[in-house]
Amino acid sequence: MLLLQSYNTRLVVLGTALLGLACGLIGAFLLLRKRSLMGDALSHATLPGIGIAFGVMVVAGGTGKNLLGLLFGATISGVLGVLCMLAIRNTTRLRDDVAMGFVLSVFFGTGVAILRMVQTLPGAQAAGLESFIYGKVASMVFSDIILISVVAILASVTALLLLKEFTLLCFDEAFAASTGWPVLRLDILLLVLVTAVTVTGLQAVGLILIIAFLIIPAAAARFWTHRLPRMLWLSAGMGALSGWLGASVSALFADLPTGALIVLTAALIFLISLLFGTARGVVPKLLDQAKLQRRIGRQHLLRAAYEILESMGQPVSNQPIPRELLLEHRSWSNAELVRLLAHARQEDHLEPETGPDSSMIHLSEPGFGEASRITRNHRLWELYLITHADIAPSHVDRDADLVEHILGAEMVRALEAELRPRPVIPKSPHHIEVR
Amino acid sequence: MQHEHSPEFPLAVHDLTVAYQRKPVIWDVDLNIPEGKLVGIVGPNGAGKSTLLKACLDLIPKTSGWVHIYGEPYRTNRHLVGYVPQRESVDWDFPVSALDVVAMGTYRRLGWFRPVGKPERTIAMEALEKVGIAHLAGRQISQLSGGQQQRVFLARALAQDAKVYFMDEPFAAVDAATEQAIVTLLKELRDSGRTCLVVHHDLATVAQYFDWLVLLNLRVVASGPTSEVFNNDNLKKTYGGKLSLLDHAAEAIRRS
Repeated sequence: MLLLQSYNTRLVVLGTALLGLACGLIGAFLLLRKRSLMGDALSHATLPGIGIAFGVMVVAGGTGKNLLGLLFGATISGVLGVLCMLAIRNTTRLRDDVAMGFVLSVFFGTGVAILRMVQTLPGAQAAGLESFIYGKVASMVFSDIILISVVAILASVTALLLLKEFTLLCFDEAFAASTGWPVLRLDILLLVLVTAVTVTGLQAVGLILIIAFLIIPAAAARFWTHRLPRMLWLSAGMGALSGWLGASVSALFADLPTGALIVLTAALIFLISLLFGTARGVVPKLLDQAKLQRRIGRQHLLRAAYEILESMGQPVSNQPIPRELLLEHRSWSNAELVRLLAHARQEDHLEPETGPDSSMIHLSEPGFGEASRITRNHRLWELYLITHADIAPSHVDRDADLVEHILGAEMVRALEAELRPRPVIPKSPHHIEVR
Repeated sequence: MQHEHSPEFPLAVHDLTVAYQRKPVIWDVDLNIPEGKLVGIVGPNGAGKSTLLKACLDLIPKTSGWVHIYGEPYRTNRHLVGYVPQRESVDWDFPVSALDVVAMGTYRRLGWFRPVGKPERTIAMEALEKVGIAHLAGRQISQLSGGQQQRVFLARALAQDAKVYFMDEPFAAVDAATEQAIVTLLKELRDSGRTCLVVHHDLATVAQYFDWLVLLNLRVVASGPTSEVFNNDNLKKTYGGKLSLLDHAAEAIRRS
């Protein structure tokens, strides 16, 4: 279905995909600079410019449909909108969101009024101007596509060249300035790039929805990675994919506005990222939590069992443990213990139940080995934290499973040496009560 | 009053006034900081400590006066300066690793367009080693504790390889171990001839950490060797009627 027949349609789709790529890339910086609102104000503020440019061109004797002229008008009024927003923010005590709401609505309202007025001018052929509001790829011609593609490629290349500079600007403006980077000029350049892709994207995506093209792919990409370069590639890729799918579907069903389809595609990608993103998606986080809980539960169970065995006589040997003792040893509810035992059985840490009598718990050989290892590691940790209390607690990971990994074999040997001539499994440094 | 400002001073501030919207934040600040000192900038909240630092670094406009780094304006000599901003001044959720942040200290030397390469990563790694968290180089910065984040900022300043360091509250909300590590590092820097200016809050440790003090409350109350200027009289002038603080300081003076 998406292998489009007409040559022109294919070009349109390619151009929109390129635009999506550029928007994804630049939008990532816009997001990290926390300037998403500014992008929205900018795009809405382009409308009066489009109307005025149209009017001027009609009065000058044309049809008013020269794309470059319209985009020029759009740029001027878009930038004016941003300047208004900055002026309101800097001269009053009003916050960004207020300034943004004001500029966005006033400029857009003015634009709607101007558009209506210029359409009544004699000689005006205003049909198609509303494609700037909602976006319509079907109205694009070859030269439009060339323009979009060139701007998209130039903007992307600039953003990639200035990767390091923009990263510093977005992360720590004061440090950047203190080391001599021209932060103001970099900030303006970023805004120029945003303006460039916004204005050239107006025809395809429409001024209401182009902000989605800038923000959604970047926000979605953040769910998959903690590394900026990877986030940029992902964001660019998702932007391109949204552009490609959105434009294709819109070309197939000529009545559907492109902007809406692009946003819906991007939103779908966002939803998938939010749920399954490997860096901070909801599902991986829940799975991680469950896994951690299970590991800690296993450690607690086995250590409890070992401590009870210790209390039953030295040297410690693997014998059946009354379930009651285990239940009392930690603050487990019956249901929790049942679950922990079931997990332990799955991991072969317990002997299979031999009869209807479930009042005795018997560790398997591997389970007993694991229990003594966990107990030993746990006590090494405790000892480490007591003897090396000067090391910040935040500096050590207290997961008993990782003792050797974190402390290193040498430290473990040193700790064990400190414990000599105690038995191989060191005694707990604190009293353990077994009722 | 006219002061002498020799070009040998790492930092000379002359008649500096900074005002935000008609309200002066620091007044007529005149300072000479000698080389190789560990300098504490101390004063109550709102005394203009951070403002002084930012004005020295050309980050905010000066209403009057000038600041020289080794006898030249900041613009000329900023390659001699390292900066540790307040930890809360950035968003730690940013998608970069500890090593990435530290490498930012080399960006200016690297210049426009050129990406971070192996030499820069080596410098950054060495700086991380000096602050004791080389094993966390690959961690995303939001997964670091407050103390570790502060160490990252310090490492970034080390990667700048500067002669004068400006540090805005590096001891704010860090654990005791990090505080000790930072103090050790500061003393190492001083012993290698660097000058560190540190905005500091805790009067109890002032005498112990710093060998030069600037007592600031809108204007400079006193500036000089700690042994000379850290006394009850000056503290009263700096902190006014905040008695509980003064008791704290008196205790510190007795102990030192």
